[in-house]
Amino acid sequence: MSDYSFAYLDEQTKRMIRRAILKGLAVPGYQVPFASREMPMPYGWGTGGVQVSAATLTPDDTLKVIDQGADDTTNAVSIRKFFEKTAGVDTTEKTAEASVIQTRHRIPEAELTEDQILVYQVPIPEPLRFLEPRESETRKMHALEEYGLMHVKLYEDISQHGAIATAYAYPVKVEGRYVMDPSPIPKFDNPKMEMAAIQLFGAGREQRIYALPPYTQVVSLDFEDYPFEASKADHPCDLCGAEDSYLDEVILDDAGSRMFVCSDTDYCRSRREAGHSGRLGEEAV
Amino acid sequence: MTPLLQVKNIKKLYGARIGCTDVTFDLYPGEVMGIVGESGSGKSTLLNSLAGHLAPDCGEVIFDTRANGPVDTVTMSEPERRMLARTDWAFVHQHARDGLRMSVSAGGNIGERLMAVGDRHYGSIRERAADWLGRVEISENRIDDRPSAFSGGMQQRLQIARNLVTGPRLVFMDEPTGGLDVSVQARLLDLLRGLVREMGLSAIIVTHDLAVVRLLADRLMVMKDGRVVETGLTDQVLDDPQHSYTQLLVSSVLQV
Repeated sequence: MSDYSFAYLDEQTKRMIRRAILKGLAVPGYQVPFASREMPMPYGWGTGGVQVSAATLTPDDTLKVIDQGADDTTNAVSIRKFFEKTAGVDTTEKTAEASVIQTRHRIPEAELTEDQILVYQVPIPEPLRFLEPRESETRKMHALEEYGLMHVKLYEDISQHGAIATAYAYPVKVEGRYVMDPSPIPKFDNPKMEMAAIQLFGAGREQRIYALPPYTQVVSLDFEDYPFEASKADHPCDLCGAEDSYLDEVILDDAGSRMFVCSDTDYCRSRREAGHSGRLGEEAV
Repeated sequence: MTPLLQVKNIKKLYGARIGCTDVTFDLYPGEVMGIVGESGSGKSTLLNSLAGHLAPDCGEVIFDTRANGPVDTVTMSEPERRMLARTDWAFVHQHARDGLRMSVSAGGNIGERLMAVGDRHYGSIRERAADWLGRVEISENRIDDRPSAFSGGMQQRLQIARNLVTGPRLVFMDEPTGGLDVSVQARLLDLLRGLVREMGLSAIIVTHDLAVVRLLADRLMVMKDGRVVETGLTDQVLDDPQHSYTQLLVSSVLQV
């Protein structure tokens, strides 16, 4: 038994956050303000996601934490250890075994189920922020459903690059109402957001929580003549040979040789354990 | 004929000070109304109250909407008023920077109103943006340049294109030629006069430059200390001013 309150936060704070989460679920895509607490980690390291996870976890939960798809990077390891210590919950790296998954900038490749909750870490929850700097004005634009400006951004993309160059944090419209920032996930993950699991978004520095109930309609914004495309690197994974997963590019030496690997480490490992192999599969393992 | 805009007893106070008061007039379709007066006479306050940027303390601004006929815009709901502001109304600011998005290309600036009313076809948005650049005499190959790379006169013309692209029926202009040199002013006025005639626009133009209203306005309203002191046909007011302040104003113009 640790001396921490369960999952670090005190009960009143968790209650406050749960109320914000419930409101967020009731109004999908709406940014609910909440009294974000100081957490023992810097802003930008997932303080919002951690607070949402803390308010969501129960002692019976199994937690998985990923950072850009990986279970073994600094951010993921430290948050996982944080909850091991303060909540004493079981942790796992296997997507299917987890009941709560906190993620930074990816959605796991394996399909999530109705028994799971996906918690996103969000740096900037306001999709209109870089187009309209005034918060008073963006709130009004959300309230009145004035989203023409969002398309101005996409227009600028096409006029400058010949295609919609926005590759991550690609804006979506939720249930035909709120335009929402899906956090900086690659646009490859956007179509997965219509899923069975509950999705919760926490932005600690910006003090906002928003949410998507299961099977919520999530549409990526686009033009009729430039439709949305979920893009990824045009390669199979060099370790497991998967053709359908989102890939990271890894530079191997000074001579310019490189490899593409699944960004979802659990997905890649489970495929290799099942006998799949890619171009560099044998030597790299 | 129903007036496009009926203004009744508009009053705007700043605390105890008067912004403008007792302003009443009708504006008919295709008519251009000039409002002149010195700095601080309440003409900008009046324009902003009419355009919904400021909430007047009392009075009515009744606009003849396409769908529902004459409606008081002061009491209508904010979504309706903002919808009106980006469809049937246009507002040309004195400083183009206030009316443009400086970090968005010229094409994006013109396209914004189209996208705001639901146009979702890139090709057609771009085509109309190019068409409007041509109409305000900006070369089509500047479509992807940002307004910050434009001269003052071009910025002002771009602002006009951005406002007129949705085919508004009423244009509010606040000193549209302020801060431009005279030859650029002359071309801008020429352009405005052409557009107003061609599109059958109604306009309310606030200015302190009597030459501007002489060229553009059918009717004139002279303001002083927040009140209207004289109204009439432009030529009549300028050639035969009745009120002592109007006489002062007309006689103050420098003769070259």
